Amino acid sequence: MIRENYGEDEIRILAPTGVCGSGFSEESFAIALSQMPHFIGCDAGSTDPGPEYLGKGTTAFPVEAITRDLRLMLLGALRLNIPLLIGSAGTAGGDIQLALFRSILESIAADEKLSFKLAIIHSEQSKPLLFEKFNEGKIKPLEPSPPFDRDVISRSAHIVAMMGAEPFSAALRLGATVVIAGRASDTAIFSAIPISLGFPEGLAWHAAKILECGAAAAVLRKSPDCMFVWLRRDHFVVSAPDPELRCTPQSIASHALYENGDPFQLIESSGTLDLTQATYHALDERSVKVMGSTFITAQQYTVKLEGSELAGYQSILIGSVRDPYIIGQIDSWLAKLKDRIVRRVEMVFGQELAGKWQLGLHVYGKNGTMGALESVKNISSHELCIIFELTAPSQAIANSLAGITRHQALHLPIPEWSGLITAIALPYNALERGAVYRFNMNQLLLLTDPCEVFPIDIIDISN
Amino acid sequence: MAKLGSLSKLIRSKNAGPFVLTFDIMFEDQVTYERVKNSGVLSAEVIGRIYSVPVQNVLFFYCDHALAIKASIPRPVTQGDIGDSDGHGGQQYPPLLSLEIPD
Repeated sequence: MIRENYGEDEIRILAPTGVCGSGFSEESFAIALSQMPHFIGCDAGSTDPGPEYLGKGTTAFPVEAITRDLRLMLLGALRLNIPLLIGSAGTAGGDIQLALFRSILESIAADEKLSFKLAIIHSEQSKPLLFEKFNEGKIKPLEPSPPFDRDVISRSAHIVAMMGAEPFSAALRLGATVVIAGRASDTAIFSAIPISLGFPEGLAWHAAKILECGAAAAVLRKSPDCMFVWLRRDHFVVSAPDPELRCTPQSIASHALYENGDPFQLIESSGTLDLTQATYHALDERSVKVMGSTFITAQQYTVKLEGSELAGYQSILIGSVRDPYIIGQIDSWLAKLKDRIVRRVEMVFGQELAGKWQLGLHVYGKNGTMGALESVKNISSHELCIIFELTAPSQAIANSLAGITRHQALHLPIPEWSGLITAIALPYNALERGAVYRFNMNQLLLLTDPCEVFPIDIIDISN
Repeated sequence: MAKLGSLSKLIRSKNAGPFVLTFDIMFEDQVTYERVKNSGVLSAEVIGRIYSVPVQNVLFFYCDHALAIKASIPRPVTQGDIGDSDGHGGQQYPPLLSLEIPD
């Protein structure tokens, strides 16, 4: 992988966008390619869309949108004869999503008559291996962490480990031009090549932290787009290829805050990126020079484990209330309703469902967004929207519970009216949400070999 | 007195992974940033009180280069779990807007 054309003193890095599938401008991408990057990197995943993607093996961005971005990136990389590194393929980086990415790439390659060496780096973990690691005391909580034991491993639908930079470097050493990785630290995609070339780790990880979000670190990102870094031995320069986008010292410094618990100490598998001494200077109207970022190597190499388990099956009911008398007593009305639903469920299902189903409520116009943390206690809304969320061990039962809820909510009386009322407006009958999942672990797996749990397949794509 | 919302160029909340919620309060210029920072109105204690989190679980930072104040708390509900109403954690900041900052 260490190609002749890597500069001794400069490595140029292109991130076309923050997430593969979110898009970027072809004009910006063309400008970026003309700046002769040494490699292209792109993150393709996140936990932000929720636990269902890891649980079900689906992707948050549509396949068509992923294909569009991948096609442009692949054509660009092969034209310049530079590596293309993709991390966290298909949102969650499980084996199902890796297989999808492989098939998308194969079909683009067939369409465009492309040939290249592809590396697939797996990140999905087998339960027997994790049981073994757990028994050896090699799995530790990363606070805040939900309770963890062997049962959590057993219950998981899928578990992935988040790789660091080393598996990317290993894949490139095996001769790959295109690397599709399972779950990976977003920054590892961009730091792997610079670190293997001996660039300072602090600068490499810091540049990577900015690149992994594409143009997000610009002052005002219009839409997802490209970001470019010139990494040198004692500093890096960052600038967005779109001439209308500006990076300023403040915008680049601010980016360390984004989606990150601690803005000064950023934990990676191999150590901690320390930004306390980082400095930011405007080079011109649109570019920023960064110096002083350092990296403290950890004594113990760790990778984060992410797991998703089935939480049940859901059916939801969306309704609204306009009657000011009901709105005025909404808390007690809902409490009564809940009580009625519980009794009705007992009548229908007996004790067999006790403790196995849940009714959740979101009351919009009151505290639907913040729930118990809502600071506004007195509402003046003339209408409220209520989402009833029924979770059960099967979809059929969830649907039945939604049916019971619907009927109880429709006719629950209030003292102000005598006679049968219809208390809630329903635009639709109950909606099936299908299987719902939960993230069930925030754990660190201790490794001696950073590549140990990330096997690599090398595939010759030939057309 | 002025409300924090009117002094900031951006106040936002967001997930930092499925288990952490983080708040960024960002300012346009040094003077306003210093005014808010030195007022002491924002602190780990205040964040803890607003979001019902014990103060020892609140991370709190002044980010001088970014002209920003940042706080992180354990997520009230794990992202996407039953009962979560804000998957990206993006609408949890409004109670911060009305904090009063002295002149």
